[in-house]
Amino acid sequence: MTALLASDLPYWAQSLLRVLGGVVAVLLPAGTIVYVFLFKMMSFMQSRLGPMEAGPYGSMQLFAEVGKWLQKEDITPERADRFIFRIAPLVVLTSTFLLVAVVPFGPDAWFTNFEAGVFYMLAVSSVSVLGILIAGWASANKYSLLGGLRAAGQLIAYELPMVLAVVGVIIQAGTMNLQGIVLAQNTGEIFGWNGLGNPYVLTQFVGFVIFMIAVQAELTQTPFDMPIAESELVSGYMTEYSGFRFLTFFIAEFATAGVFALIASVLFLGGWGIPFAWFGWEGLDDVDNWMNVVGPLIMVTKMMLLSFIIMWVRFSYPRFREDQLQRFAWKVLVPVSLVNIMFTAILKVAF
Amino acid sequence: MPKLPGLIKGLGVTLNTLARTTTQGSNTVQYPREKEAPPVRARGVIALREDNCTSCMLCARSCPDWCIYIEGHKELAPPRRAGGKPRQVNKLDRFDIDYALCMYCGICVEVCPFDALFWSPEYEYSEPRIADLLHDKDKLGEWMETVPEAPALEVGAEKKGKK
Repeated sequence: MTALLASDLPYWAQSLLRVLGGVVAVLLPAGTIVYVFLFKMMSFMQSRLGPMEAGPYGSMQLFAEVGKWLQKEDITPERADRFIFRIAPLVVLTSTFLLVAVVPFGPDAWFTNFEAGVFYMLAVSSVSVLGILIAGWASANKYSLLGGLRAAGQLIAYELPMVLAVVGVIIQAGTMNLQGIVLAQNTGEIFGWNGLGNPYVLTQFVGFVIFMIAVQAELTQTPFDMPIAESELVSGYMTEYSGFRFLTFFIAEFATAGVFALIASVLFLGGWGIPFAWFGWEGLDDVDNWMNVVGPLIMVTKMMLLSFIIMWVRFSYPRFREDQLQRFAWKVLVPVSLVNIMFTAILKVAF
Repeated sequence: MPKLPGLIKGLGVTLNTLARTTTQGSNTVQYPREKEAPPVRARGVIALREDNCTSCMLCARSCPDWCIYIEGHKELAPPRRAGGKPRQVNKLDRFDIDYALCMYCGICVEVCPFDALFWSPEYEYSEPRIADLLHDKDKLGEWMETVPEAPALEVGAEKKGKK
């Protein structure tokens, strides 16, 4: 992979490969999550079968739906702010693509290797708020505006516990580089025992729970889906969108779910790595090349596991009320994560 | 925090359903390929026994949707006994039920004093054209073949009816 990406190819070809890789890394998890979890698991959890007609066990359903959306007329409301209305879904999708850029998939299989990867990730994930807000605003529709404002309030409220939950990981790893965090987890040890490395889901369990709750809210998945509460707001900021632009929102929602699952697996589950002690690797340079192939597979497995949890929670719980949602973020999650940071810092210094 | 056990229980419910659906199959039925047997006394379609009908119009008048159309005329039938007067009978010219309007309340079946209307469990008679949902008396008569035997009375039902 190193040879393929670094030495032989000219810069434009590398860039092209990276763009293709990014598209695959965004669309593949999105499609998998939608089919496996949204279509099938949700149905099974409700004792239904889900789509069964398009292809064996409805496996082609996704293509049927995409085809249906592509045929639909692209409507812009008369009084909408046309330009902003049109770019809003793309802004949301852009956030997803920017997010996947920092995720390491293997020792050499990464798109970019930022020193401040976590910082960048947290900054870029809030770009989607802008997209949602301008989508709600530009639709010239009361429901859309309400949905957009709710989304903005919610995403900003939950950004904070998310950042604070990640701070614990950063303190423990001692780096903001995502590759470094993977390394720190897989070379780490828990009280001198290195059989599992040190996945932070064990030592940062509180942070992990807070992070997953915040991710759930960032994705506006069900216990936190006030922005698109269909019983009150029709479909929130997506109400006026049709055809391809709605599809873009839809893809962005589930692609972001996949990417956040990837990031959570990097931060808390050890990312692409397996405990380095198993194979006697010392650092990143000792890792065998085959990890560039196995690493992404491990990542996808962990992503599926975390997406399963996200979707499972989504299908099980009813919606919060708007004030409960804000109270939960500011009065429960933020204090708990602050205490978590404090304890992590104390323990870091103590050991 | 007191809500935590309930939250976990909720996750358990969905997980159990997931496991049950995966191992034992779902509650839904893939309709055109597999069919469920309708329950006893299912209200599928109303069948007409034309001979019993006296065109008394009770069903048409009691129908909340006014979806029953009856036209008839009087005829003289030969007397029952030799030398008697010819009997006057009502012949049906038209007995239509518009299933596009019918709401399957069954009042017509209940109200019929001569046992001319019956429930049949057949339900597959949708039509591409709404006008075809108007079943005339021949079609309603054909449904008679699908009417099941009346189920036995429940224990104690007889006692109440007497006295």
